[in-house]
Amino acid sequence: MRFAVTIFPGSNCDIDCIHAVEDVLNASVTPVWHQESDLSRYDAIILPGGFSYGDYLRTGVLASFSPVMEGVKKAAREGKLVIGICNGFQILTEVGLLPGALRRNSRLKFRCNFQTLRVENARTPFTCDYEQGELISIPIAHGEGNYYCDDATLAELKRNNQIVFTYAGENPNGSVSDIAGIINREGNVLGMMPHPERAILDWMGSKDGARVFTSMLQYWKENCGAA
Amino acid sequence: MQLEQTVKSLPHEPSPEKIRDQKLYKEMGLTDAEYEQIIRHLDGRLPNWTEVGIYSVMWSEHCSYKNSKTLLRRFPTQGPRVLQGPGEGAGVIDIGDNQAVVFKIESHNHPSAVEPFQGAATGVGGIIRDVFSMGARPVALLNSLRFGDLKNPRVRYLFEHVVAGIAHYGNCIGIPTVGGEVVFDSSYEGNPLVNAMCVGILSHDDLQKGIAKGVGNPVIYVGASTGRDGIHGATFASEELNEQSEEKRPAVQVGDPFMEKLLLEACMEMVKKGLLLGIQDMGAAGLTCSSAEMTAKGGQGMDLNLDLVPQRETGMTPYEIMLSESQERMLLVVEKGRENEIKEICDKWGLPSAVIGHVTEGNRYRIFFKGELVADIPVQTLVDDAPCYVREEKVPAYYKENQEVRPEEQVAQIDPEEALNRVISSVNIGSKRWVYEQYDHMVRTSTAVRPGSDAAVVVIRGTDKALAMSTDGNGRYVYLDPEQGGRIAVAESARNVVCAGAEPLGITDCLNFGNPEKPEIYWQLSKAIDGMADACRALDTPVVGGNVSLYNETKGRAIYPTPIVGMVGLIQNREHITTQGFKNEGDVILLLGETYAELGGSELQHVVTGNVSGRPPLLDLEKERALHQTVLQAIRDGRVHSAHDLADGGLAVALAECCISGQKGAKVQVETTLQPVVHLFSESQSRVLLSVSAEQAEPVMALARANGVPCARIGEVTGDLQLNIEVNGETAIHRSVEELTKLWEEAIPCAMNPSSDSTN
Repeated sequence: MRFAVTIFPGSNCDIDCIHAVEDVLNASVTPVWHQESDLSRYDAIILPGGFSYGDYLRTGVLASFSPVMEGVKKAAREGKLVIGICNGFQILTEVGLLPGALRRNSRLKFRCNFQTLRVENARTPFTCDYEQGELISIPIAHGEGNYYCDDATLAELKRNNQIVFTYAGENPNGSVSDIAGIINREGNVLGMMPHPERAILDWMGSKDGARVFTSMLQYWKENCGAA
Repeated sequence: MQLEQTVKSLPHEPSPEKIRDQKLYKEMGLTDAEYEQIIRHLDGRLPNWTEVGIYSVMWSEHCSYKNSKTLLRRFPTQGPRVLQGPGEGAGVIDIGDNQAVVFKIESHNHPSAVEPFQGAATGVGGIIRDVFSMGARPVALLNSLRFGDLKNPRVRYLFEHVVAGIAHYGNCIGIPTVGGEVVFDSSYEGNPLVNAMCVGILSHDDLQKGIAKGVGNPVIYVGASTGRDGIHGATFASEELNEQSEEKRPAVQVGDPFMEKLLLEACMEMVKKGLLLGIQDMGAAGLTCSSAEMTAKGGQGMDLNLDLVPQRETGMTPYEIMLSESQERMLLVVEKGRENEIKEICDKWGLPSAVIGHVTEGNRYRIFFKGELVADIPVQTLVDDAPCYVREEKVPAYYKENQEVRPEEQVAQIDPEEALNRVISSVNIGSKRWVYEQYDHMVRTSTAVRPGSDAAVVVIRGTDKALAMSTDGNGRYVYLDPEQGGRIAVAESARNVVCAGAEPLGITDCLNFGNPEKPEIYWQLSKAIDGMADACRALDTPVVGGNVSLYNETKGRAIYPTPIVGMVGLIQNREHITTQGFKNEGDVILLLGETYAELGGSELQHVVTGNVSGRPPLLDLEKERALHQTVLQAIRDGRVHSAHDLADGGLAVALAECCISGQKGAKVQVETTLQPVVHLFSESQSRVLLSVSAEQAEPVMALARANGVPCARIGEVTGDLQLNIEVNGETAIHRSVEELTKLWEEAIPCAMNPSSDSTN
């Protein structure tokens, strides 16, 4: 399975995502510069966290015009796995691959800590290694993670089981329905504010995030053929 | 250009004669004697406006250390592992396997006092550039902050915005802010301290220097374009704050962490490709300081053509371009012919870059503007020949008066349990979560010990090793006795990294003091440096870099003298990483070290009396060293479950913190001839609290005995979430850990939200 990690000017979790794929899956992973648009060689694409284009204008909006996003949209249409983490989630909503938007945290402060999440849907390519309803511990680190969508969209997300992770206990940013991560209708594009790549080894304080990556590998093996 | 040109003055600037006659140089912080000195350096020629500007910033305390240089020579700066001591962007210490750790701390106090968000943010940006200009990849940030009393709304504003500024810069650039400290005391009311530290990792072969060499080689400007921000920032940083300081807001720079991220990655690529002969950050005194220092170090000359400098504003004068402190800029010298390779990298990252001059034969530092020569200075007169002052020292009256004070009598009437309540809920002891949750402390996925323990720990990928780091300083102790306080600052930061399982490697220091022209302040500085130097020698932790921040005064009142020590230690094996929280029910609690009646400058004294007086704790460096050896050996032998240094608030607070961090209880019995409250809150030095499994208690006590370190078995960890402390067989403190946690957690949030307090 071949992974790509997109790099925009200002991305800063790119290396962490590359390390996570290497450490958890020992799989092939390639950094892809934002000016490349051909992602046809890859089976899965990770949009990492950070401050692409310095968050200028609005988080994620400038990155959504990068050439590489054409490749990401094409990959998504073809049913390949796309995961956006933190700033990657913000970019996915800006580019329209996921509904809704991410606003400033309700307390208007950046927030970095471990959060308990509930796995609301364990039947996605990104969560099939988790138990339905399982509580897991994964860090957040964001100033604009307050997920918002209108009532109609929220009803649709719920109807289609598109809410994948919620904050259990305290909601750190004021997001609608405690949403921490959602998936598209087709089930191959995930956006999440928490950072699974920061919770893959014991010394990190939790390794609950590793199963996001093992789930992807397992799904790919079952659905897309050989290893 | 012709070789012999005369230096021109621009028509709209004051003429050299006017500068002399009206003593305009004084506005830039130069004295009459210094001005005369400049004329001698120029062989009798009167300097023009640009030249006076250049001399004034190069000779400011911030750039020249003219008031502290002779004192700083007392620091030990050498050691078998030191690859680079003071004098470059940052210090470098070998950590084996062809790797080195690079680190430095620097102040941004004055800018933060007038514009807290940008002042703090650019302080972070500046220290990061110092580290990556050495060729190192920055891996961690720390900071040390001092503010006045949070009851003052202006102080809350400063605190809120300083923290937000640090968060903004560090989070965006993607370097974790892993540790630090915050102290509140009214002595910092008008003059907060904002010290930022950066730690990087380097392969030996990538080590860079700030040097200009090779006649004809191009001088390349990379990074943000130059604007009018921060002009005379270095001079502003070298004077006292007063009512007019608010007007100096334009002397504060504006930071753009996104630009710095691009600059960082571009410079890392240049380093990996071996393109650079010399590189230096344009920090304090901007283009002037970087180019002059690089030239002087190379023993050559330099021609700069200011028309080629990327500019973001129109009509800038040479004076403004030379003195601007616009952020996110680097100056490079590369071999002639490799300019295009630099440009390609800069273009990839979307960074402005320009060849703005070249290295010349001789020693002239020459600035050209619109075809005219506007400055022509023998370069060593800016750097090596800067003035140097030895000031008068005088023992202050307060020091003598304090001899008579008996702090233990001031607190004798306080019940120990009430004392714990008050101390644990003070903003100085209370949890700093409110601060560090705003910092991304996990990006780069290498943070093994997050903020909140004695030291932060960052692992080094691809090895078993890790780095422990800590910033420490206690202005109260230094105020009461600068020499003891200086020793304690070094010893405590070393103790912190030892408790994390690391061997202390070396320090960087930031000396925050008042006006050195006052003999009492100079005495504080001199004595504190003596104490720090003693401790550095005894603990084998050389000073590899740092910064001096003087003139920290408002309305003539100085801050507590506050040297901050940034310590880095090496953990050989990740299994040795140790934290402060109690781990297992039934573990034995051991107290290493001795407790005396030492409450001068203590948190308890401050909470009870609102002031500090008397003498601070004494520090015996031999005892300190033996303690470190014992704790480190016990950790490396795998015998220790938790280790915590006893500091502010003494034994009672240390026990409470171990319980809170581990969410465990403790049952403790101590015997003492002191009053219970004195024993429990004394801040005697060279003490550590360990928890070990029952079978390891005896071996660890034997190890302590062998090293001559007093070690007492004082109790055990319990599962009932109660902290129970008996003194001489009688209960002194019995509190639930849940209640203590609440008091400790809410200290800062409550102080920051006083309106909710008044409704109670």
